[in-house]
Amino acid sequence: MTTLTTPPPTVPLRGTGTGTRLWGLSAEFDNPAQILQAAERVREAGYSLWDCHTPFPVHGLDAAMGIKRTILPVLVFMGGLTGATLALVLQIFTNGTSLSIWALVWVTGYPFLISGKPLWSIPAFIPVMFELTVLLSALTAAFGMFLLNGLPRHWHPLFTNRRFLRASDDRFFISIDARDPNFLRTRTEALLKSLGARTVEAIEE
Amino acid sequence: MSAIPRGDLGFVENDNTAEVPGQRAPLVLNMDRFGEVTHQVARVSEAARPPLAWTIAFLISLALVGFLGFCITYLFFAGVGVWNLNNPIMWAFDITNFVFWVGIGHAGTLISAILFLFRQKWRTGINRFAEAMTIFAVICAGMFPGIHVGRVWLAYWLFPIPNSMEMWPQFRSPLLWDVFAVSTYFTVSLIFWYIGLVPDLATLRDRAKGTVRQLGYGLFALGWRGSNRHWHRYEVAYLLLAALSTPLVLSVHSVVSFDFAVSQIPGWHTTIFPPYFVAGAIFSGFAMVTTLAVPARQLFGLKDLITLRHLDNMNKIILVTGCMVGYAYAMEFFIAWYSGAMYEKFAFMNRAFGQYWWAYLIMVSCNVITPQLFWFKKIRTSIPLMFMLCLVVNIGMWFERYVIIVSSLANDFLPSAWDKYAPTWVEIGTMFGSFGLFGMLFLLFCRWLPMVAIAEIKATMPQADPHWEGYHQGGTSAGPAGHGGHGGQGGHGGHASIARSAHAAPSAVDAPRSPGEPQP
Repeated sequence: MTTLTTPPPTVPLRGTGTGTRLWGLSAEFDNPAQILQAAERVREAGYSLWDCHTPFPVHGLDAAMGIKRTILPVLVFMGGLTGATLALVLQIFTNGTSLSIWALVWVTGYPFLISGKPLWSIPAFIPVMFELTVLLSALTAAFGMFLLNGLPRHWHPLFTNRRFLRASDDRFFISIDARDPNFLRTRTEALLKSLGARTVEAIEE
Repeated sequence: MSAIPRGDLGFVENDNTAEVPGQRAPLVLNMDRFGEVTHQVARVSEAARPPLAWTIAFLISLALVGFLGFCITYLFFAGVGVWNLNNPIMWAFDITNFVFWVGIGHAGTLISAILFLFRQKWRTGINRFAEAMTIFAVICAGMFPGIHVGRVWLAYWLFPIPNSMEMWPQFRSPLLWDVFAVSTYFTVSLIFWYIGLVPDLATLRDRAKGTVRQLGYGLFALGWRGSNRHWHRYEVAYLLLAALSTPLVLSVHSVVSFDFAVSQIPGWHTTIFPPYFVAGAIFSGFAMVTTLAVPARQLFGLKDLITLRHLDNMNKIILVTGCMVGYAYAMEFFIAWYSGAMYEKFAFMNRAFGQYWWAYLIMVSCNVITPQLFWFKKIRTSIPLMFMLCLVVNIGMWFERYVIIVSSLANDFLPSAWDKYAPTWVEIGTMFGSFGLFGMLFLLFCRWLPMVAIAEIKATMPQADPHWEGYHQGGTSAGPAGHGGHGGQGGHGGHASIARSAHAAPSAVDAPRSPGEPQP
């Protein structure tokens, strides 16, 4: 039997905003079922600048929020193509030509005849092409994901909320940005409360 | 004080390997609230002091790393002559260790990528530290080609860097493919591991008490705030990385095997090498995962997350890949005979009955015969036996590489060119030192990073499904109603706890935890 022997943390907050301007509202929910239902309703109410915060990806929440599919796979495909092309050009240039080009410094290829293979021995170049394809695709996937997500961003108004610390543990949050055209503090607060939120709190920045 | 209660450190195992028809076996035992999972993993790095066994193991590793540093320094100053390499045996311990360590890494990527694509949810219990193992193993592997080149100050010749000699690497050589394969493998494994870590680092950051911890975890958590718009791209990126890593992991050991197969040496020049090397790599890697998982789950009280079922599954994979390796050994002999090639036939007779017969015997008995014991469920689910068998497999797979490399080189075409080889203390010291390096990195990882993927584990719990029956029975409205106080129930009974977590009624998340409740 697992028992919680150390109490969950009471943590001093990391950032403290100036605390003057309303950034938005954050509503806390107890479980995935609630947030899924609530997200559908918030979306139906016509909000656009809002988000859900969950400790793990909740199945069906993307559809409930109406998130468009990300462009990331296209970027990754282009990254892969770049890798393959780069590898092919690199190998043909360095081992198969005597050209001189300027790539930050002047570099010259060396037509290298070995093991009876032709200068442009594509099959022998496949492994490196494969590796660079994977490498550039993976780098694009990782950096592309973080960039599209606007990360790293080490400070966010939500982090000033003590309850929000549990968004990475066992609670589920909906945050609505005050800049949303539909946002009206009383109305939005009433909506979130009606969805069964445990608490609705104002986030200031 | 260690934050892990003594009750979690016992030797009682919950047997959750029974198959109940029509029911998915639970992957998380004795827990039905998300917060419990967080706590169970995070408490390891939040403990003020590590367990005593950790400290002892760390000191031993540190000593071995020191000796590794000494051996390498000596090698650099004196030259590769301090190794007992000769002509024709120009590769021995160095490349054996390289292939061994690269192979170890493969299980991590198999678990993180291939099992992910196959939707094997049990991977979540072990993927984090299997991936960590991959990275540390590849670090150890990468060291060996680096130090074996002789003139280490010229090691940059491995890479296509513009230089005043207008000299380029030879891209038609498998040795250069290897440079690209291993460095790509390392980079991609690191990225994959780190992306998986980010949400869990955010969890540790949000629980962190001191400024140092907040800054340390916060810096690497990149400001992750669990946004679902982020999760959406995150999941796509994760899937793409899994899809990219799958062919990558198969390619890496294939390329390593090209180092041998593309050459003309009898015993190396065979087309079976790529699949045979990959199977062997996964075989040895899984053995290493089990070797590490068994003490780690015991020491850090993670038995409810890395359950007996996980270990049983891994042992099954060891059995399957062990059979593949055994098949490859047999097929090599068959082809050597069937080919009618004189040198090939000799190479294999020599491998089994020549000067390295003892190494061949160790290899076959450890890799083919012993794993067959895993046909028995009693052995697959016995912690001490599986630990010992996996150690045996590790030893056997090290000897496999030794046999392939040394016995083939020692007796090639002309008897006048034959020689024999025995390692010096420097080579043996470097090998044990690499184990120390691996152990040190792994122990540091266990202590300071979440050893189990917290977010991924939560997502595999039945309570993570918004349509989980418990939410409809209890109603989805807020409130702590209906929680019977799970934390108070005693009993470690295997099946009782399975039954409870399979159709547990209490709500997953809404139990009030008064000490943790933030005060408004």
